[in-house]
Amino acid sequence: MINLLTIDWILLLEKLILIAIIVSVSLVVAMYETYAERKIAAFMQDRRGPNRAGPFGILQPLADGVKLFFKEEIIPNSSNKVLFVLGPSLAMLTAMLTCAVVPWGGDINLFGRTISLQIADVNIGILYVFAVVSLGIYGVMIGGWSSNNKYSLLAALRGASQVISYELAMGISLIALLMMTGSLSLKTIVEQQMASHWNVLYQPLAFLIFFVCALAECNRTPFDLSEAESELNMGYHQEYSSMKLGFYLFAEYVNMFISSAVMATLFFGGYDIPFFNEAAHADWGNWLGLLGVACFMIKIAIFIFVFIWIRWTVPRFRYDQLMNLGWKKLIPLALANMLITGGVILWLHK
Amino acid sequence: MITLTNRAKPVNRKPMTFLESIYLWNIFKGMMITLRHFFKKKATIQYPEQKRPFSPVFRGVQILNRDEEGRERCTACGLCALACPAEAITMEAAERMPGEEDLYREEKYAAKYEINMLRCIFCGFCEEACPKDAIYLTETFAPAAYNRKNFIYNKQDLLIPDPKTQPEEFAKARGLRENQKAKKEPFK
Repeated sequence: MINLLTIDWILLLEKLILIAIIVSVSLVVAMYETYAERKIAAFMQDRRGPNRAGPFGILQPLADGVKLFFKEEIIPNSSNKVLFVLGPSLAMLTAMLTCAVVPWGGDINLFGRTISLQIADVNIGILYVFAVVSLGIYGVMIGGWSSNNKYSLLAALRGASQVISYELAMGISLIALLMMTGSLSLKTIVEQQMASHWNVLYQPLAFLIFFVCALAECNRTPFDLSEAESELNMGYHQEYSSMKLGFYLFAEYVNMFISSAVMATLFFGGYDIPFFNEAAHADWGNWLGLLGVACFMIKIAIFIFVFIWIRWTVPRFRYDQLMNLGWKKLIPLALANMLITGGVILWLHK
Repeated sequence: MITLTNRAKPVNRKPMTFLESIYLWNIFKGMMITLRHFFKKKATIQYPEQKRPFSPVFRGVQILNRDEEGRERCTACGLCALACPAEAITMEAAERMPGEEDLYREEKYAAKYEINMLRCIFCGFCEEACPKDAIYLTETFAPAAYNRKNFIYNKQDLLIPDPKTQPEEFAKARGLRENQKAKKEPFK
């Protein structure tokens, strides 16, 4: 039996507070991603976007949320009720789970304790991210299947096959990176980048492939086949209404936030402050840690902007084009990148 | 091949090269276009605060006019009702009593004047038919109403505010176009 006195209760409390903060931050960021999406879409189409709710329309996400909550909740008679509710819950859950291993910043000192701004420094961090992200497609699959609607089912199947195809290229592109870092822990990867250069300088092709696959994993345009409005009539969440629909839409934005965070961590130095030697300014203490978090957030914001920018530029791929791109272009490229990286590493260490 | 115009371009049906088929360069070009639009001047007009000027021939809701002393111009001759192709106008005439000279311009006036806005087609024939310059089409839209009854505009709805007691409302109801006309040739 575990002796309760040996558990570090303060550590538990500290982690709980950190989890609460990170979850609420990612929800707020997801909320304002919807606002950014609408605003950027409008600007790129020579419009102004939402500007009535509050100054510059910044209360628009709140209004949208309230609207979704007050909508009528409809569960189709012919649907599988349990799975119908499980679908959006799973989508949301997996979206939130990923943020556990992302290092949000360096250590900070509070009340004489050193607090790591990472919920769990797992030594297989990146594998965990992959596992949880591939679970995310179950939300889409279950929702699409349990709706008992042929369009939803088609969309869910498309989504699943798309995720499987792109996960391969994503994994292979990442292997090249992992051969360089020699570690799966996200914290170690960030620390290596802080000591030398960002990984994107060594692995630009791997980053490009990873980025394209991240678009596909988040179901973002040009890979939003599973919610193609024009062909599949909203896709897998066609039968959903009220906050269940909101959960699906929200999970997409949370996913976008997390995948931006993962990309920033893996390729752009995480919480590293560019052109700045952190080790030389260790006397700044907590301010240095907070500055790192701010830098990380700016990197994430830039990624989110690029995600949205691409969405409002590129039309959707046809299904065969999507599969061709995934299997015939990205996977060979990723494989070649992996082989070349391996060769170069062997040659350098000879 | 002979083309009708020299603008015709043959379609390029060559299979894509590997670089083209991963789309990156073309997507980048497209993104530059959207980025340029991001900083462009926006075409939106913020409607309730900003309004676009109407064309000089815009035909909005009718108004019953008054003369410069605030007297109603309409004599209930019925020409507008006769001209109306949609048969939207009805009126009842009455005789001006002694002491009402500051209310009505001539001896006869319209005691009741109604336009059914659900029938009206905003053709402007009533304005053309009117010999007394008593009815004309303003730049006001037909406002919405909650029931059909409210679409039958009576004299109160149609009559322009008195220029002597409510000059501001009068100028507003008269519309931009008529105000400009009046500035050029005051009180014809």
